[in-house]
Amino acid sequence: MQIPAPFDYVRASSVDNALALLDRHGPESRVVAGGHSLLPMMKLRLARPDWLIDINDLYELDYLLVDGPVLRIGAMTRHTTLLESDDVRRLFPIITDAERVIADPIVRNRGTIGGSLCQADPAEDLSTVCHVLEAVAVVRGPNGERMLSMADFHRGPYETAVAQNELLIEVRIPIRARSASAYEKVERRVGDWAVAAAGASVTLAAVGTISHVAVGLTAVGLDRNVTEVEAVLVGQAPGEELFALAGRLAALACDPLADQRGPIDYKRHLADELTRRVLRVACSRAAASVFDLTLQEG
Amino acid sequence: MTILEDRPSNPAAGDHDRPIGHGRMQRKEDPRFVRGKGHYVDDIVLPGMLHGAILRAPVAHARLVSIDTTEALAHPKVLAVITGSDLQALGLAWAPTLSMDVQAVLVTDKVRFQGQEVAFVVAEDRYAARDALELIQVEYDVLAPVVDARKAMDPDAPVIRDDLEGRTDNHIFDWEAGNKAETDAVFASADVVVKQEIVYPRVHPAPMETCGAVADFDPIEGRLTLYETTQAPHAHRTLFAIVSGIPEHKIRVVSPDIGGGFGNKVGIYPGYILAVVGSIVTGKPVKWVEDRSENLMSTSFARDYIMQGEIAATKDGKILALRTSVLADHGAFNATAQPTKYPAGFFHIFTGSYDLAAAHCTVTGVYTNKAPGGVAYACSFRVTEAVYLVERMVDILARKLEMDPAELRLKNFIKKEQFPYPNKTGWEYDSGDYEPTMRLSMKMAGYDELRREQKEKRERGELMGIGISFFTETVGAGPRKDMDILGLGMADGAELRIHPTGKAVVRISVQSQGQGHETTFAQIVAEEIGIPPEDIDVVHGDTDQTPFGLGTYGSRSTPVSGAAVALVARKVREKARFIAAAMLETRPEDLEWEKGRWFVKGDPSVGKTMAEIAMGAHGTVALPEGIDGNLDAEVTYDPPNLTFPFGAYICVVDVDPGTGHVKVRRFIAVDDCGTRINPMIIEGQIHGGLTDGVGMALMEIIEFDAEGNCLGGSFMDYLIPTAMEVPDWETGFTVTPSPHHPIGAKGVGESATVGSPPAVVNAVVDALAPFGVVHMDMPCTPARVWEAMQGRTRPPV
Repeated sequence: MQIPAPFDYVRASSVDNALALLDRHGPESRVVAGGHSLLPMMKLRLARPDWLIDINDLYELDYLLVDGPVLRIGAMTRHTTLLESDDVRRLFPIITDAERVIADPIVRNRGTIGGSLCQADPAEDLSTVCHVLEAVAVVRGPNGERMLSMADFHRGPYETAVAQNELLIEVRIPIRARSASAYEKVERRVGDWAVAAAGASVTLAAVGTISHVAVGLTAVGLDRNVTEVEAVLVGQAPGEELFALAGRLAALACDPLADQRGPIDYKRHLADELTRRVLRVACSRAAASVFDLTLQEG
Repeated sequence: MTILEDRPSNPAAGDHDRPIGHGRMQRKEDPRFVRGKGHYVDDIVLPGMLHGAILRAPVAHARLVSIDTTEALAHPKVLAVITGSDLQALGLAWAPTLSMDVQAVLVTDKVRFQGQEVAFVVAEDRYAARDALELIQVEYDVLAPVVDARKAMDPDAPVIRDDLEGRTDNHIFDWEAGNKAETDAVFASADVVVKQEIVYPRVHPAPMETCGAVADFDPIEGRLTLYETTQAPHAHRTLFAIVSGIPEHKIRVVSPDIGGGFGNKVGIYPGYILAVVGSIVTGKPVKWVEDRSENLMSTSFARDYIMQGEIAATKDGKILALRTSVLADHGAFNATAQPTKYPAGFFHIFTGSYDLAAAHCTVTGVYTNKAPGGVAYACSFRVTEAVYLVERMVDILARKLEMDPAELRLKNFIKKEQFPYPNKTGWEYDSGDYEPTMRLSMKMAGYDELRREQKEKRERGELMGIGISFFTETVGAGPRKDMDILGLGMADGAELRIHPTGKAVVRISVQSQGQGHETTFAQIVAEEIGIPPEDIDVVHGDTDQTPFGLGTYGSRSTPVSGAAVALVARKVREKARFIAAAMLETRPEDLEWEKGRWFVKGDPSVGKTMAEIAMGAHGTVALPEGIDGNLDAEVTYDPPNLTFPFGAYICVVDVDPGTGHVKVRRFIAVDDCGTRINPMIIEGQIHGGLTDGVGMALMEIIEFDAEGNCLGGSFMDYLIPTAMEVPDWETGFTVTPSPHHPIGAKGVGESATVGSPPAVVNAVVDALAPFGVVHMDMPCTPARVWEAMQGRTRPPV
């Protein structure tokens, strides 16, 4: 049994209550959702909060809602819910792809999207996914709500724009027609952190060319989308040569570190290889959905 | 006789399977485990029990300047803080290891590996004990560490063991087996010689239950009761008596349910000794249970062999000779557990399953600033390393000769008629019939079809690999004439009592860590005396309740203790004959045995069942001279030889050419462990061992950085396989009974761990053949496989 340093514990009963508790207990208090990042760090005594504010009773934040042009995901939505949702699979297959390779069923039953995004581990998958999908984070604090783009929300490894007295309450993902997405990860073992991963979202124009694209990378030192690929992909017809070009650009854009998961050149190679793969899958999925759409319209 | 049988169609035994003797039946111990009623060391709670925690060194090599325990002692819940100098005063600062070295219980002079024990806190609860560790102030003078075993013998390498008088380097031992001159001569005239450095990196057994102890010293009686996670309770008791000075009859070691051992729980760790000292000092029971990081960083590792292999053959594929020199990294203390005469364990069975003209090996052991250990993780005393070496070398030779690796093996096997086979390094293989086992595995795999599929895939640029391993194990240590551990012969005892109503209790000296002893040993008795296994209780793990013996490791329970149990049952059966004769008023020689009953020859209706005889033994019938009024017996079994189980494993992998990710698609395992007592338990052992093997081949490694920091100190860093990494195992078997074992059984517990890593690595290397890869070291992680594809294979250490 690994024993954390002493701490106090309180269960929040509502979002407002959680915010009040954060305010009351100050900077040495931490919110715990699924707990799969925070608790291991506490057991290793790498994290030593004085107070744990448990928000697992905030069922009000556990929802998935298609609301006009956006998918609204409550911050306490569990990975399993995302993985099993038909709406998610239909609208954003990148989320389903990613969830399938996040940890294991036990962790997915407990872990939440809000916890993942707020932990902002550099090898965390949903941060990349939300960047790629151009999600908006809804953060609530004593002064009300603010909406942050992922670029503003996600400041770097283990760092977000959520202040100590704020709570991420919702993630909003814009729904685009004629679009599809994909995610692929390489890991040493199921449940290990990614050696590297990539995600892509693609929108096709009526003529079949790429009208909008986003590519993101996980665990290779890039806390933003690979914007370099957009200029070369947009307006082009999908194809292997184009994907290969995008892959090369992704490999150049990333900045991985060598560790037990692999050396730098391998991770760059994966950035390249996985970028090509996710673009290939996303484009073919998008083409299939356009075809479905045409059938329905026709 | 060799019998080839197909796997039974219904591998899961149901309630209807109630063999009286050998056969498939569900494990008797499982109801308590599946209902959460197992009782482990950490479940033990004694009145007034205190809790201990160990402060561990944060660096790998450092002189200890000072320890200040004042603040920790001031913690309101702390009762004692024990340091190395306290132990020194008691003469307990150093304890003997199982390899005739000594190991620091607590650091007195110098830290020698990261995670080494520095101080022990005893507190009212385990939280306080853990918190108080942070209140101990230690000053270290950090020294340059020796991390790379290859540099341990450099003239300017820091001397790790300056505690040993006269020690001026990090050399532990040189050991050799086989005939060097003869081997060199064969190599000199061979058509083909191939060489390869092969590294078996450091791995960790990582049992689900970590190590721990509850020590309860009674100062009035001078009696110590020690509940421990140990695979060898009797050996531990003797060693505790020698080290502590507490008389052996006043020590009771209890090993309750154990959550996995794999060799990790053979040695005596400082924590056990500290729990005892804590109990003596406080006068109360003290529990110490290590956490996962402590287990991974400080307890017995396995392997860490850097092997230079060479194999010689004729150009048409007759293997002539093998030789190897090994550099063995033993960590900071030589604490490997193996028979005393064999500092490299049984590594010299590296000649494998092949009929060679010559063989020679040398092994050099060195100290490094790493955790001690060396023989652990289901290795059969380093047979794992030996099998890995020979099975890789044979594959490398096959590549060189452009021969099919199955064909090369079949051509070079020791032939059935050559058994008992004396190999070139001093072993006498008791029995074997390798070709049918190999053929069965190939048939189950559809070997030719797999090769065809591989050829097609290669043409399409797909990477598919087929790996073969044919292993021979040597297990069941061992004959007292040449095997002992610290002077204790490697025998095992068994006692059997039949109660008046015909129910039995058998007491054994070996200890289960999950192997199913309570079932297997009941079945052995049942087979011999014909009462159902349900009516036979197996008692183990408590030195006050069981006869002396050396315990469970090296797959020795069935070969040694299983033999003891069979023989004690036969002794009871023979005694029953005399009692039955008295009851039937006839002569013993006029009786005939059928399972469970003695009857009068020629008149089967007149006889006595074991239950009747048991009642008779304790009853009033007049007994013949020399027959006591009971139906009990005891034996101690000294095995005449080891047993030599073997098996043919075939692994099929697919490698993603873009990422280097390896997927084990199929694994076919045909095992021959002689007589099969409970096939379901055997299959369970095989499944577990194969999973271990896939883990070691693909992901497991304990790495260190240049400062000697352990990089495998948690399950986030030390990966062990899950159900997702392993295929649906395809198991089969042949039966070649051991000629010297009373029931023909051989050990099987470690076969799959020993045999499977080379099969997986051979498959990966085979998949990478289009890239010109002839060898890559474990672990075959995606990154390392990709590097191999780039022509940049590198050793893991």
